[in-house]
Order: sequence, then C-alpha cells, then structure tokens
Amino acid sequence: MPDQFLFAIEVILNGLMTGVLYSLVALGFVLIFKSSGIFNYAQGVFALFAALTLVGLQNGQIPFAPLINAIFGTNIHKFGWELPSIIAIILTVGVMVLLAVIVERYILRHLVNQPDIILFMATIGLAFFMEGFGDIMWGADIKTLDIGLPQGGSFWIEENTAWMGSDGFYGFFIDKLDIAAAFVAVILVVSLTLFSQYTKQGRALRAVADDHQAALSVGISLRYIWVLVWSIAGIVALVAGIMWGSKSGVQFSLSLIALKALPVLMLGGFTSIPGAIVGGLIIGVGEKLFEFTIGAPFLGGATENWFAYVLALLFLVFRPQGLFGDKIIERV
Amino acid sequence: MIYRESGDYSTTYAEDSQTFPIKFDRYRYYVVLFIAFAVIPLVINDYWASAVFVPFLIYAIAAIGLNILTGYCGQVSLGTGGFMAVGAYSVYKLMTAFPDVSIAIHVVIAGFITAGVGVIFGLPSLRIKGFYLAVATLAAQFFLVWLFNRVPWFFNYSASGMINSPERTIFGYIVTGPNTDATAKYLISLLFLTACAILARNMTRGSLGRKWMAIRDMDIAAEIIGVDPLRAKLSAFAISSFFIGISGALFFSVYLGAVEVGEAFGIQKSFLILFMIIIGGLGSMFGSFAGAAFMVLMPVLLKNVLVGQFGWATDLAAHLEFVIVGGLIIVFLIVEPHGLAQLWRLAKEKLRLWPFPH
Repeated sequence: MPDQFLFAIEVILNGLMTGVLYSLVALGFVLIFKSSGIFNYAQGVFALFAALTLVGLQNGQIPFAPLINAIFGTNIHKFGWELPSIIAIILTVGVMVLLAVIVERYILRHLVNQPDIILFMATIGLAFFMEGFGDIMWGADIKTLDIGLPQGGSFWIEENTAWMGSDGFYGFFIDKLDIAAAFVAVILVVSLTLFSQYTKQGRALRAVADDHQAALSVGISLRYIWVLVWSIAGIVALVAGIMWGSKSGVQFSLSLIALKALPVLMLGGFTSIPGAIVGGLIIGVGEKLFEFTIGAPFLGGATENWFAYVLALLFLVFRPQGLFGDKIIERV
Repeated sequence: MIYRESGDYSTTYAEDSQTFPIKFDRYRYYVVLFIAFAVIPLVINDYWASAVFVPFLIYAIAAIGLNILTGYCGQVSLGTGGFMAVGAYSVYKLMTAFPDVSIAIHVVIAGFITAGVGVIFGLPSLRIKGFYLAVATLAAQFFLVWLFNRVPWFFNYSASGMINSPERTIFGYIVTGPNTDATAKYLISLLFLTACAILARNMTRGSLGRKWMAIRDMDIAAEIIGVDPLRAKLSAFAISSFFIGISGALFFSVYLGAVEVGEAFGIQKSFLILFMIIIGGLGSMFGSFAGAAFMVLMPVLLKNVLVGQFGWATDLAAHLEFVIVGGLIIVFLIVEPHGLAQLWRLAKEKLRLWPFPH
C-alpha cells in the first residue's frame, strides 16, 4: 500500500481517538441539557476542577494554601502525606457531588423559570468562578497527573503494522492512553445507558427529561434529580479531566476543551447521547484529516482551532437540530 | 425634591419624545458632557488615561454594539473579539495603504468593513437560534483570529506577526502611535463614543429598534405582525458589528498601538464584553456604560488594593478577580437580571417620590 494512504489511515485512527476524548466532555453537556434544559458552559471547568482536586488530594496539598499564605503570612504547602489514587478518586467524586449540591442549592433553585439564555450565562459565570476558585484552592502551576494509566505509544501496534508499508513506514503510532480513554468511554456510555434504562433513578431522570411538570405531578423530586444529574456530570467531568490531565498535564488550558466539545454538541444534537459519541468521532476525524490534507500544506496549519466550528456551522444550516437532536417545534 | 416631571411641560411632540424628558436628567446629561469634554482633558495624566478612561470609553463602544445584538435583538454572540479584530486589522491595512487619508475616516470605514463581515457571520442566525447560535458565533471568533494570525497579508508580512499603528494626526494633533498625548487619546475615544452612543440611542428607540425588540421577545410572533426577520436580524448584526469594529479599530490604533491578535482579541475579550452588558443591563444604553465602567474599574481597584496595599502576589489577585467576576454574574442574574441599569431605574423611581413616598 502507498505510504501516503497509510499515513492518512494513521491520521484517521488518531482522529478517532481524539474524538473519543471530545465525546467524553460532550457527554457531560448532554446529560445536564437533557434533564434540566441547561446548557452547562462550566462543564470544561468542572473537568479542570476535578483534575486539580484529584492531583491536590493525591499529593496532600493543603487547600487554599496560596490564600492562607497571603493573608496570614505563613508558608505552608503540603500536609506531608500522599494518598493512593483510588482513595483520591473516591474523595474527588465526593467533592463533585458536594459541588452539585451547592450548585443546585445556591444557583439553580433561584433561577427556575428564567429564560434558557439567562441560565446559560449563569453557567458562564459559574465557569469563571470555578476557574478562579480552583486556582486559589490548589495553585495555578502546571501539575502532572498520574494515576497509573498506561502512557506513550503502543509498540505492539507499531511492530505489527509496520509490514504494511515500505521502508519509510514504521507502523501506526497510537497512544496507549488514547486506547485506555476509548475503553473508559465505552464503559461509561454502557453504564450510563444501563443506569437510565434499568434503575428507578434512571427512569425518573428520563421522565424529567421528557416533561418537567408531568414528572413533578407523579411525585418525582426535581431538586433531587438535578443534584443527581449534576453529580453524574461531575463524575463524567472527572473522567474527562483524568484523561486529558494525564495526556497534557493539569493546567488552565484543560478548561478550554469545553470549547472543543461545543461543535461536537452542535453536530450531534444537544439531547442525544449517541449523538455526542458520533459527533465527537466525526469532529475528531474531520479536523485531523482536514489539517492533514488541506490545512497544513495549503493554509499554514493550525486549522484545528476553527475547522470543527465551521463544519458544525455548515451542518446546522441544513439541519438545525443536529444529527440526532429532537425535532424543533415552535409555537407562538 | 428636585427630580420631578411636574412643572416640566412639553409643548411639541419632539419635546415629548426626547431621550431625557425630565429637566433634571437633561441638565445632568449636559453637565456630564461638559465635564467629559472640558474638565477631564485638562487634568488627565498618562496613568489615568491608559488604565481607566481610554479602555472604558473604547469598551463602552463595543458594549453598545453587543448590546444592540444581544440586548435589543436577542441574538447571543460570543464572537465579539473576532469582530474587534476585524476592525483593528481593517484600520491597520487602511492606515498603511492610504497614509494621507484622515484616521477618523479610516476608523469609520473599518466599522463598515466589520459590518460586512458581521452580516456574513449573521446569516446562520436565520436558521439557528439560542445556544446553537451562540456556539455558531464562536466559529467567527476562532476563524477570524486564525485568519489574522496565519495570513501574512493582513499584518503586512512583518516578521513578528504583530501589527503596529503608525503615527497619524487629526488637526495637527498626534492621535495614534507611541508619541500620543494622553489628552489626545482620551478626546478621540470620547468623540467616537459620544457619536456612537447618540446614533445607537436614536436607532434603538426608532422603528428599527422596535423591530429588533419584537424579534427578541418572540421571533415567530414578530414575523406574524409583519417584521421581516431577515432584515431585522441582519441589520442588527451589521449595526452591532459596525460599532464593535469601530471599538476594535480604536482599541488597536489609539489604545494599544501594537497588537498580537490571539492575545488582544481572543475569546476572553468576547466574554469580557458579554459580561459588561450582563452586569450593566441587557437592552439599555446606560447599562452598556455602567457595565464597561464596572469591568474596567474593578480589576484596577482589586489590583491596587490587594497587590498595592496588602502585597499579595499578582496571580492570586487575578484568580480572586475571576472568582469575584463569576460570582457577581451569578448574583446579578439571580437578584437583578436587568443589571445595574435596573438598579438605576429603581433609584430614579424612588427619587421621584422622595421625600413623600405615599
């Protein structure tokens, strides 16, 4: 096979892997949007915050150390012990659930019945708040996150695919972490589907997604469901945060993956879990292929920044509800 | 006791429908104009101009522009930074291509160019709404910034990729470039702001503004009562982008002087302007000013107090600023979704009845 073709396949494979990571973030958006009609812009910052908390707990950092030092003139940084990954993860899940309770109690409850766009802007405010809060709590320096996931390129795949091309081709390069991420994403989607199909809470969740008032009238507590959904979204954010954090370090730019997830949502539809997955894969492959075939040779590169948006935009003009979204019906 | 409409008789329709129908408001407006044009230029120095006044004036123009689109016409846009970049790069290309033409004309032309770009990116608004549109405008943001970063023609093939504003004069006074006097910077920004504000105010209370508001409140209903959504939405995009373009042009040529597009006009700028109009008040001219003033003054104040007084690290103060801005946005949306402008309106209502409220 010609090498150019093999490179294109490698690009597609890597695109698929990146797409899985986009889907992980998009999933959190879809969960919240489906159940409460809120477009949670803060999802990316949640991922950052979760990753920061996880690293902070693992390393035994003292929360708010920079602030305490600045106010009292002390110089404290660490407790001096380190937690095993699994305990740190469980504690972080606890923190994300607590966060969900606080968000529901102090923000959502006061904004019931407001127009959607007001809620959207409130989550932008929340994103800013969390960003600053996370940095004050755990410090803004770049941290490495290591919970024992496999890292680096997979030699096995490289060795076993090298025969396909000529001498210049060394086999497909695929990051082991990406494979792990794909694996985790599959588990996550399957367990979410099982949860929403076969448990009582899951049924209540779907009822709320269908119709708030009807759900209320059969005795489902909206507040409980919201806390539940925001907790699940927080856990999804934690998973996304772990994956992206292990890949590129825990730092401010982690919160920008939310911006990458937005075109995925537009493409897949805001209300569809399969849409988030398929949209993520399309965007992942599309932007990598575009960069490979047109962007880098002809347009000066770095087209990944905008290609996804333009693709989603063109798509929306023809299908405003996205690939799998519910049909938009408007009445006066 | 002095803030009353009683005894203030309108004898013509023009008088009845003027912007400030109450005499006290009118005089206050003249006093503000007088102070802004005649008093501040005499006392202003470099620090106050570059830290407070010039950014406030220029951001206020951008806030007015975004308020037309988001506050009056209801189309949320996250592409403000990108449109400001269009204004900045247009004025740069014009300034270097036609050095003899006055900078004021260049700035206005830059506004028109941005309006054209705004219409192109406004086209999807005819099909998509709400969040989808907000996300779609991000396409404008990322695409435009990338374009100005990567296509060398826009920055005249300079090695650094930055654009530097050359020295230009109006009536013999230097208004752009590194040797500009604080007073000149202040006055040119103020002149543009005043013109834009008067223009925008009169547009939003005329038939155009009413059409925008009808679209905002319910676009299908507006269509049924005879508002053409195509023209209303696209005119909102065009006029909003015109103001934003002017503000971007001034931001580059008068305020910063040298610009790297990703840094000066990134997504953070879009959010900053959006926050200005949320905190100030959606759909209010006064709100645009109040929001711009608030968002310009707060970081300066925080920095002076925390870093200057308490000796905190600058990055910690910056993080605290994030927390405060985010918290304030949430508080404003919960307590007063109409922003500072609504507080001002309430204060005026109270003042009219004072001191006998019953």
